[in-house]
Amino acid sequence: MESKTIKHKSGFWDVVKSLVSGLRLTWKHFVRAKNRRTPEYVTDKNYFNQPDGLVTLKYPYEAIPVPDNGRYRLHNEIDDCIVCDLCAKICPVNCITIESVKATEEIGVTSDGTKKRLYAPVFDIDMAKCCYCGLCTTVCPTDCLTMTPVYDFAEVDIKNMIYHFTDLSPEQAEEKKLLLAKQQEEMAAAKAAALAAKKQQG
Amino acid sequence: MLAFVLTLVLLLSIVIVLAYAERKVAAFMQDRLGPTEAGPYGSLQSVLDVLKLLQKEDIVPAAADKKLFKLAPILIFAAVFAGFAVIPFTPELVPAGIGIGVFYLLAIISLDVVGLLMAGWGSNNKYAMLGAMRSVAQIVSYEIPAGLAILSAVMVCQSLDFQEISYQQGALMNQFPGLEYEMNWLFGIEALGINTTTIGGITTWNIFRAPILLISFIIYFIASLAESNRAPFDIPEAESELVAGFHVEYSGFRFAVLFLAEYSMMVLVSLVAVILFLGSWNTPLPNIGPISLAYWTTGTVGSISGILWGGFWLLSKTFVLLFLQLQIRWTYPRLRVDQLMHLCWKVLTPIALVVVLIAGIWRLLMI
Repeated sequence: MESKTIKHKSGFWDVVKSLVSGLRLTWKHFVRAKNRRTPEYVTDKNYFNQPDGLVTLKYPYEAIPVPDNGRYRLHNEIDDCIVCDLCAKICPVNCITIESVKATEEIGVTSDGTKKRLYAPVFDIDMAKCCYCGLCTTVCPTDCLTMTPVYDFAEVDIKNMIYHFTDLSPEQAEEKKLLLAKQQEEMAAAKAAALAAKKQQG
Repeated sequence: MLAFVLTLVLLLSIVIVLAYAERKVAAFMQDRLGPTEAGPYGSLQSVLDVLKLLQKEDIVPAAADKKLFKLAPILIFAAVFAGFAVIPFTPELVPAGIGIGVFYLLAIISLDVVGLLMAGWGSNNKYAMLGAMRSVAQIVSYEIPAGLAILSAVMVCQSLDFQEISYQQGALMNQFPGLEYEMNWLFGIEALGINTTTIGGITTWNIFRAPILLISFIIYFIASLAESNRAPFDIPEAESELVAGFHVEYSGFRFAVLFLAEYSMMVLVSLVAVILFLGSWNTPLPNIGPISLAYWTTGTVGSISGILWGGFWLLSKTFVLLFLQLQIRWTYPRLRVDQLMHLCWKVLTPIALVVVLIAGIWRLLMI
């Protein structure tokens, strides 16, 4: 195969010409700097048809609107959560921490009719670890875990990136644990009594 | 003393404006916004930057040669600042009107190199040392084409006095003691028979008086970029290869002084280019018949109008050159060391030598 060599223009006037064309390019951008990009919604006709000029926005004051179904920050509607632990299991970066305490009786019904039987003394999502893959929202059986269009949630202290979703105070959680322990003791006692009665009969 | 304070204040204000302009020009050429928060349109940004630098801790490395390390920024700035002493700002106002101003300027600016080496050696850091050596090699090399380009202007003007060179390039030529009977011809060619002595304006600028000086102006401008370590010749900086050149160990105010020196150098080389080639404080507008634009826009020597017009023209021409320097920085990529030396020794120096020869012949023929 015949090899083709790219001929670089390297004569004196070619160099001068390319230098001048470079200056013309930057000058063109400089004089067009009076035009600014405007924050427009994605459905806007001009979204892909911005004029020349500055393309950056003064962010906190101007921002491109976020789509209504934007999927950024996680949110857990704890009232609908049945503490099934699926989201924590599927999370690829282990950013969800869940502890559960069995309730002594049925504690309510979620908005889609599922019965709630577990308390969640801890339901933490570490937004600093979250990789926004959305797997947790897919597996969530009650659709309580969703991604919201909020994207600006920077914090000065990284500890503030851990979001606590539980609706139980530590005292309440302790109380529920005691209740459960008491119920289990009672059940164990009842079971033991029933066993003893059975033995006596037999 | 008054001239010292005035020059320092003028220099500092130009540098502040230049630092702001650089950020804005850079931003606009890259389709960005640049500083917007501090002051209207971010105009206080560079002032605040200076304030921030003043508050920073003054760190001297433990292993550094402390005397050299501390002295270097002062020497670098002093060398550049001393160059301003011979710059004429208006027909009357010149801090030190010495007869060998051009020679003095070239000599005192060369001291800069010693300061750079002191900074690099004193830092006791191999990156600083390498940066200093590259910087010094570059400046020493480019002083040759720059010096030759200046030499050709000096040969055409037959003077080493900046003020005399300035007077020669305008309609006020015959008001300078010693030049009463001198005459300017268009392109310096008497045979054309067009006497431009009283026309003034752009026709008597050095690049028109002897058009060969246009080439030496271009050579000088390229070399001056290298002398002030500006892109595309900013190999001392070279963040792709070195950490930050010779000033990597400097912090706080010492760093600010080094940067002040760099920006002052930009202003100084632009001022020299304007004075030697672009008509100094003279107006670009020529007298056309009864419409004596040149006289109207020059003012009278010694009066306040002369000072204002002179200062205005000198500074506006300087700002055009400074803008060009900024634009070049944001247009061209950095040169490699070998390309740099190739340009200096194989392109600029031979051309400058030929230009010196032609300028000498031109001077012989035009009188």
